[in-house]
Amino acid sequence: MAPEFKAIADHALLVTFADEISDSAHGAVLALDAALGADPPEGMIETVPAMVNLLVSFDPIATDHDAIKTHVEGCLRATIKSPSAGTSRIVQVCYDAPFSPDLGAVSAATGLAPEAVIKAHLAGDFRVLMYGFAPGYAYLSGIPDAIQVPRKPAPVRDVPAGSVIIAGPQCLVTTLTMPTGWSIIGRSPTAILTGDPDHPFLFDVGDRVTFERIDAATFAKLTKAGADG
Amino acid sequence: MAEAAFTVAFAGPLVTLQDAGRPGHMRFGVPASGAMDRLAFDAANAALGNESGQTGIEISLGGLILQCTQGPVTVAIAGGDFTVQLGSQKTRSWTVLTVQKGERLSITAGKAGSWAYLAVAGRIMAPEWLGRQATHSTSGFGGGALQTGQTITLSDASLREDRLGDIQKPDFQASGPIRVVTGPQDQHFATETVARFLSDSFTVSDAYDRMGMRLKGPTLPLAGALSIPSEPIVRGSVQVSGDGVPTVLLADHQTTGGYPKIATVISPDIDRLAQYRAGQSLRCVEITSAQAVAEARSYALCKTAYLAEVSVARGTLAQRLMRDNLNHGCVFD
Repeated sequence: MAPEFKAIADHALLVTFADEISDSAHGAVLALDAALGADPPEGMIETVPAMVNLLVSFDPIATDHDAIKTHVEGCLRATIKSPSAGTSRIVQVCYDAPFSPDLGAVSAATGLAPEAVIKAHLAGDFRVLMYGFAPGYAYLSGIPDAIQVPRKPAPVRDVPAGSVIIAGPQCLVTTLTMPTGWSIIGRSPTAILTGDPDHPFLFDVGDRVTFERIDAATFAKLTKAGADG
Repeated sequence: MAEAAFTVAFAGPLVTLQDAGRPGHMRFGVPASGAMDRLAFDAANAALGNESGQTGIEISLGGLILQCTQGPVTVAIAGGDFTVQLGSQKTRSWTVLTVQKGERLSITAGKAGSWAYLAVAGRIMAPEWLGRQATHSTSGFGGGALQTGQTITLSDASLREDRLGDIQKPDFQASGPIRVVTGPQDQHFATETVARFLSDSFTVSDAYDRMGMRLKGPTLPLAGALSIPSEPIVRGSVQVSGDGVPTVLLADHQTTGGYPKIATVISPDIDRLAQYRAGQSLRCVEITSAQAVAEARSYALCKTAYLAEVSVARGTLAQRLMRDNLNHGCVFD
């Protein structure tokens, strides 16, 4: 479909590329995001990439919806539609008890042995789709069909930060202690909120992510190092 | 430089440090946060002659009681109609006063409004996150929520005796219905549902915090299956959950979400909406996006002029008396 433009109040424009999630729609979001980052229109404050659309937020004192739309259309005409490859990031994960309370349930739901669920997760081709819900909550696409499970009927409270959780085709590494209805299959010592002022979030939207298995002893060592550092 | 310090004798829930907020991180799941009522917050700083956006305390209906353990320091309180008590002296928000060592300052829910701001002639020492002290309430990142028993230390504390007294309240904010631009996902509602949202009256429910304000009123059924991809959210988005209940998302909103947004409150109306209390009723009225931009610009002009006026020091008591005498001189000449 041709991109659709929607005005949001006095201060944003939403550019939508499709009604349904697809690689091509998300690729178009990333390409426009990159183009606006390289050549921001006057008055632009920030852009927010999501699954099928990009929000362009602006200062209404400096510009308006029409001027932003004209600039975006210029970017779309100039944009090469192939999305950038994204940087590769490694996230370590420990699948051992007690960090994987739902591994058994995922195993039962999919008919795979727990080790096979882990193997399938490690084999996933993950990409950062967008952030949302809470600071640093990066939604990753790429859970293999064989281990896709629906959300739980009710969320579980107080799920610890660092939990590796899955639902449908998506995976997420939590950054806060929060409720979730997703299945918890592991725990990661990798900090998504890096604490580095120059690069405070591990991923950019569009990055590729590989999970790397660690055992409980390594997890303990790494989390202790993190706490000491 | 002088320091001042307060002990938090009592802090209700959602009493947090706030500044002008941290825009620019929504792509990482981080909303701007900052004051819920940015106009009142700015007025409090302006009344002290502070830099715009200097960190202050956002006070919820839960209230705040501070015991000054080191002083004196001048402070400004603006926003809503809160009850302010300094020692035995009782007053209301929209005032500048000096707190002496040993004095107790309480700011509690008064006749109206949900949020008041305490700005200080000094700098509040508190943690920053992503370069700002604004508190993101769900994570606690930033300056943080005040806890009963904690100490607040100010550096560069000063007296601003030439600024004491009432703060002029703004009179340029719109009254009447909350102005919205429909969408961006109004296509997920039947035309008559959107019409009902724009004509019926809603009540602010108890589910009101820094993330958002859930409204009570007619159900707003979604037209189709509820499986739209997660889309970006802004401050002011009115999202409708699967049960047909609208929520206006505010300073600490999620940055994306899969519930359709029937409309978006224009930015000039967010400060006054934030001051509504549970039980108060409101209506929404539709304007075009072009009208919304025009309203935002005129609001910005009025706000700049208002803050410039509020930021003028009125002089010490002696100076004020002298000025009054001079004025009289002109009148009677």
